[in-house]
Amino acid sequence: MTTTGSEQSKAPGSIAGSLSMDDTSNIRQPLWLLAELTYACPLQCPYCSNPMDFANIKSELTTQEWIEVFKEARAMGATQLGLSGGEPLVRPDIIELITEARNLGFYTNLITSGIGLTAEKAKAFKEAGLDHIQVSFQASSEDLNNLIAGTDAFQHKIEMAKAVKAAGYPMVLCFVTHRQNIDKIDEILDLAINLDADYVELATTQYYGWAMHNRDQLLPLKEQLVRAEAIAHEYQEKQKGNMKIYYVVPDYYEVRPKACMNGWGNVFLTITPDGTALPCHAARELPGMELPNVRDTSISDIWNGSNDFNRFRGFEWMKEPCRSCDEKEKDFGGCRCQAYMLTGDPAVADPVCDKSPHHHLIEEAIAKGREEAAKTEEAAKPLVFRNPKNSKEICGL
Amino acid sequence: MSEPKFTENSVPVLALGYRFQWEPAQDCYVLLYPEGMVKLNPAASEILKRIIEKKQTVGELITELKIAFDGADLDDDVYQFLEEAHDNDWIRAE
Repeated sequence: MTTTGSEQSKAPGSIAGSLSMDDTSNIRQPLWLLAELTYACPLQCPYCSNPMDFANIKSELTTQEWIEVFKEARAMGATQLGLSGGEPLVRPDIIELITEARNLGFYTNLITSGIGLTAEKAKAFKEAGLDHIQVSFQASSEDLNNLIAGTDAFQHKIEMAKAVKAAGYPMVLCFVTHRQNIDKIDEILDLAINLDADYVELATTQYYGWAMHNRDQLLPLKEQLVRAEAIAHEYQEKQKGNMKIYYVVPDYYEVRPKACMNGWGNVFLTITPDGTALPCHAARELPGMELPNVRDTSISDIWNGSNDFNRFRGFEWMKEPCRSCDEKEKDFGGCRCQAYMLTGDPAVADPVCDKSPHHHLIEEAIAKGREEAAKTEEAAKPLVFRNPKNSKEICGL
Repeated sequence: MSEPKFTENSVPVLALGYRFQWEPAQDCYVLLYPEGMVKLNPAASEILKRIIEKKQTVGELITELKIAFDGADLDDDVYQFLEEAHDNDWIRAE
C-alpha cells in the first residue's frame, strides 16, 4: 500500500478498524471523519466496537447538525467520510446526508451490515453521490453468520453484495475474523470470489467495547492465525489484479504495537451519535476525558484546542520505555485505549509491545483464551451479544 | 519487470471507485478511493486530469501533453507513470 511520492490513508470499517497512513508531513488535519450516525443496529455482534453503555446514549444529532459537522470538517481538509454506526441505514435521513456530504466533496463511504439496504436504495444512494458501500459479513456460512450476528441476515447480505455491484459501486466486503470463524477463512475468500468482490478486508477483531468483554471467547489461537495468514497470502497471490485482499494483522500476536489512528489527533476524527468528538471511536472510555461536543464547540476548536485532542499528541506525554524508544515516531507507543484497558493507565506503552513491562498481560490474555477454547461447549462462557438489554444490565443503566 | 500494460493505442481509464479531485486544503490534486487518499505530484496530476477529461489513447494523450509542455520529451515518463498507476490499481487499460 505504498506509492511513490504520495500519501495514503486506509481505515478499515466501523467494526474493528485500525488506521494506517504514510504521512510524510507534520500538518495535522482531520483527513478522516468517522460519523457514527446512530448506535441503533438490527444486529447484535459480540465483537462490536461500540461502547458497552451505548444504550445510555439517546440524543442523536439532527440532520442539520450532521450537515454542519460535515461542512466544518470538510473546510478543515477532511476528504474521507465514513457513515457508520450502529447501522447507518437506520437513519431515515441517510440519503440527505449522503447528498450533502457528496456535494461538499467528500469521498463518501457507507459502512453497513446490509440490513435495511435494498437494490433500489443502493441505486438511489449512487444517484445521490455515494462513492462506496462496504458490506460486512460475520462468516461465510449461513448458520455461523446468523449465530454471530444474532439474527437471520446471511441471505440478505449476499443479495445486497450483488446489488451493490449491480448499482455500479466497487464491491467491498469486510469479514471480521475471530476464533469462531477464522478457520473458515478459505470458505470466506471463496465466497468473496464467487460474489466477484473487488476488495475484501479480513479484519481481525480488535478488543474494544463488546469485543473486549468477549475476548476470552473471540481471541484466536496462534496456530489458527498461522494457518489463516498462510491461506490469506496464498489467495492474495492468486487474486492479484482481480480482487484485493487486505489482511489486518492481529496485534495481540505482535511484539510491536500498531500505530493506532496513525497517532492521536493526527488524521482521524470520530463524531459519535450524540455529537461527542473523539480522537478514535474507543476513546470515550478513557478516564479524564472532557468529551467536547459539536453542539457547543466548533470542530476547529475541538481539533486544535481541546485537552482531549492534545492529550496524547507529540511525545511529551510518553513514559518509559516509549519516551526514549527509537521507534516512537513509527508507532506512537501504540493504542492509548488498549494501554488503559489492560493496565489502568492510558499513558503507558501499549502492552502489545514486548518492551512494555506490562507485556505479560497480553500473554496472559492469550493463555486465558486458550483455556477457554479447550472447554467443552457446556462449560464454555457464552458470548455476550451487543444489544440494549445487555448494555443496560452490564452497565447498570 | 512485468509485461507492459499500455501501448500507443490503449486507452487508460480510471479504475472503479476512484475519484480525482482538487483539494484546496492539500493544495494539490488527489485520488480518492474506498477509505483512502493519494496525494498526487504535478506531473501525475497533468496526466490523470487528461485521462478523466476524455477517453483517448496513450498516443493522443502524449501529443496533448507535448503541446501543453512545449514539446518536451516526455514519452518515457508517461509510460512509466501509467504502468505504476496500473500496478497501484488506479487505472485500467481499455
